[in-house]
Amino acid sequence: MSMKTSTRQVDGVTIVDCSGRITLGEGSVILRDTVRDLLSKGNKKILLNLGDVNYIDSSGIGELVSAFTAVKNQGGELKLLNLTKKVHDLLQITKLYTVFDVKDDEASAVKAFAK
Amino acid sequence: MTEQRVSYTLDSTLETVNSAEETATKIASEAGFDEEEVMKIAMAVREAAVNAVLHGNAYDPGKKVIVNFERNTRDLVITIRDQGKGMDMSKIPDPLAPENLLKTSGRGIFLIRSFMDEVEISPSQTGTEIKLTKHVHGPAAGGKEASQ
Repeated sequence: MSMKTSTRQVDGVTIVDCSGRITLGEGSVILRDTVRDLLSKGNKKILLNLGDVNYIDSSGIGELVSAFTAVKNQGGELKLLNLTKKVHDLLQITKLYTVFDVKDDEASAVKAFAK
Repeated sequence: MTEQRVSYTLDSTLETVNSAEETATKIASEAGFDEEEVMKIAMAVREAAVNAVLHGNAYDPGKKVIVNFERNTRDLVITIRDQGKGMDMSKIPDPLAPENLLKTSGRGIFLIRSFMDEVEISPSQTGTEIKLTKHVHGPAAGGKEASQ
């Protein structure tokens, strides 16, 4: 299953619902293009909902890091929501779990963004 | 579990990466590994195949990726060989070092080592070979415990 994203706005935060696989090739490109598009439109509070992402490889991890850095460099914030066990474990062993702000509840995640 | 050995010669494409991963999933499942172990083996194979296609053969259509799967009562051994210029192991940074945490690449070999029991990387001027070994435990070894 390739990756799909859809975006919605909640209280000034752009929630990106992701599903499928974030892997080298199409999955990584879709995530990159989505985040770039949001930034170009001035959306700098981004919550990536990874609840339906069942697989991510090292390229996908790199793409998450790239998105995090790109948003931060523009003065914005990027947080992660609803990690599956697989993605959670990968972020743990790569020590990225402490780099990302990871949430498991959408409402509190939205409130956690700076006003 | 009977011994099995299969070999594939594949193009330097993303389809090869997906194919290697799918084959690893199938063979690891048949070998009796549980779902989590199958995922780890398949991911290690995927990462090794990515290295072979991207960094080894650099998508060169004239170069191939050779993938061997071998399973016996003790181990599942996967060998992936490219026809590139050989990997310089000294140039692979530690992805867990604080200064490297926010790098967007360089985690593939680390993940492979994390997921497999043994990893041997043999670079040469005619390509790099990576040998991945996962020990078979419990019922997958035909009812016998694998030797430790």
